[in-house]
Amino acid sequence: MKRGFLESTVVGFARIITRAMISEETARQTGFLQALDPRVRVVGLFSLVLAVTLSKKISVVAALFVVAVAIAISSRVSLLVLAKRVWLVVLAFTAVIAVPAIFVTPGDEVASVGFLTITEQGLRTAVMLILRVETAVTFTTLLILCTPWSHVLKALRAFRLPKEVIAMLAMTHRYVFLLVETAGQMLESRRSRTVGILKPAEQRRMAARTAGVLLSKSIELSNEVYFAMQSRGFRGDVEILSDFRMGTWDYLGLLTFLLAASFAVWMGR
Amino acid sequence: MHIPDGYLSPSTCAVLYAAAATGWYSALKRLKHVLLTRVVPLISVFAAFSFVVMMFNLPLPGGTTGHALGVTIATIVLGPSGGILSISIALVIQALFFGDGGISSLGANCFNMAIVGSLVAYGSYRVIAAGSGIASRRRVAASAIAGYLAVNAAALVAAVEFGIQPILFHDAHGSPLYAPYPLRVAIPAMMIGHLTFAGLAEAGITAGVVAYLQAADPALLRSTSGLSANAGGEAWALRPASGSLRRLWIAVAALMLLTPLGILAAGTAWGEWSPSQLAKTNVQTSIVRAADTPAPAAVPSGLQKLANLWTAPFPAYAPGFVRSRAFGYLLSAMFAVGFLLALSLSLQHFLQKRGPTEYSG
Repeated sequence: MKRGFLESTVVGFARIITRAMISEETARQTGFLQALDPRVRVVGLFSLVLAVTLSKKISVVAALFVVAVAIAISSRVSLLVLAKRVWLVVLAFTAVIAVPAIFVTPGDEVASVGFLTITEQGLRTAVMLILRVETAVTFTTLLILCTPWSHVLKALRAFRLPKEVIAMLAMTHRYVFLLVETAGQMLESRRSRTVGILKPAEQRRMAARTAGVLLSKSIELSNEVYFAMQSRGFRGDVEILSDFRMGTWDYLGLLTFLLAASFAVWMGR
Repeated sequence: MHIPDGYLSPSTCAVLYAAAATGWYSALKRLKHVLLTRVVPLISVFAAFSFVVMMFNLPLPGGTTGHALGVTIATIVLGPSGGILSISIALVIQALFFGDGGISSLGANCFNMAIVGSLVAYGSYRVIAAGSGIASRRRVAASAIAGYLAVNAAALVAAVEFGIQPILFHDAHGSPLYAPYPLRVAIPAMMIGHLTFAGLAEAGITAGVVAYLQAADPALLRSTSGLSANAGGEAWALRPASGSLRRLWIAVAALMLLTPLGILAAGTAWGEWSPSQLAKTNVQTSIVRAADTPAPAAVPSGLQKLANLWTAPFPAYAPGFVRSRAFGYLLSAMFAVGFLLALSLSLQHFLQKRGPTEYSG
């Protein structure tokens, strides 16, 4: 059965919550990435993403993909989860963009299918694009899967982000789940009171009204949060505990990440 | 429209990170005039709201569905600075927590959707709704058009970012290294989807929410309404400190958009001839016709000597890599405006430091 606005949005909400729960479970396991200081994970994986985008050679990006799979295995990240969440999804939407490039990129002809000609440059650019996006998204997903959000935030302080921004990111993350739950409940209760199939125009009106109610609730919520913060003595200064300690292994890990990324950039230049 | 890693070159990403950072910095700075204690929870909760709205799967005419960006309603309720920050924060959470949109392209995504989206939404909403009452139907129409324009402007900027990749970045074999399509393919490919589905989704949800708020909570529409009865005490009224800068921005944007008109004008500007143009007979006749003086027989030696003293970074207002002249004009204008704004802001900063200390507490 074709799902309407209510059903598909509620399913989307459920997927978000499931994803977050899978991340929390993986982050709690013991493994290579989980054993490292979160700052090392953030800096290390970001530098690998940068190396992926800087490389000009397909072979180097392919080698980095192998590195990503090795990190996933050593961090006990299920390859099935990666395949379902990253590899297939990225393949599906990048292929739509990359495949026409095989035929339309000007260059040396290698084969022709009917009126279409395949060029060497077209093949290279399509393979490069798919491989590059797959590898970069795998590294990002590994960070997300192996690091609790609170640790990612604290690690971002290492990049000298203003404390206010870190505080806003932390609060937003908390209220995303609260509002997802609120909106989900609103839509579910509407669904349970609805008989028959709603016309698209009615569905649109309902979506807009739900968003409107949610907006009023959000403003009210932010007022309550503000008063709660004030009553606890909030004066605009954000304090973030930094209880991370870098050990020998962390320094070694950071060095390995940076060396690997620099080596990849040098090889792929 | 969430650009993943790998579609844009690192240098493009770096430029867009810098552009986004400028937007974030000025938005934060403007909001600091309001109590910072109030800004933190307001922007956070609103970012969470925008995140949820982005997940709404809206049914569109023709049996398809689309997602809204939520940037227009955020801008209408919070103003442009609040809109920029809350959408940026929602985008950061999407990228870093859910893996939607890349890390290297995060600056690009924030620039396109949060900054361009928010400014276009704000400008068009204010212009179209100017003078109308809080509960008027024109305000609903203005919000719909603002939403449609904001999403399409963001998509156009993203398409230009994609389209310049194959012109600039190749490997040794001549294969494009990043997004493979030139401007003439990237722009229509991006725009078709946004002019139809995504633009409509944003227009629909924004108009719906504004209509709902008119009936249920009109106070939320006050802060950007431009009406004089602006209740200053409202918690959500994140008004910027001065309005003069905003007018300047609007004028600058309008001028930038008009720049391609320059190439439609025939001939060359009077008195701005280059030595090679001056040597042409048709230019000489036009000088005679306009000035009623005999044209110089040869290129003056002083002009010839000085012509090479200074070569512009963007010769003839079009960077070499740009094929389309109109686009080159636009890009040159953007560069120039950016440079002038940076210069004026740094001058302002310098003068404020040197000048007498004002106590504004």
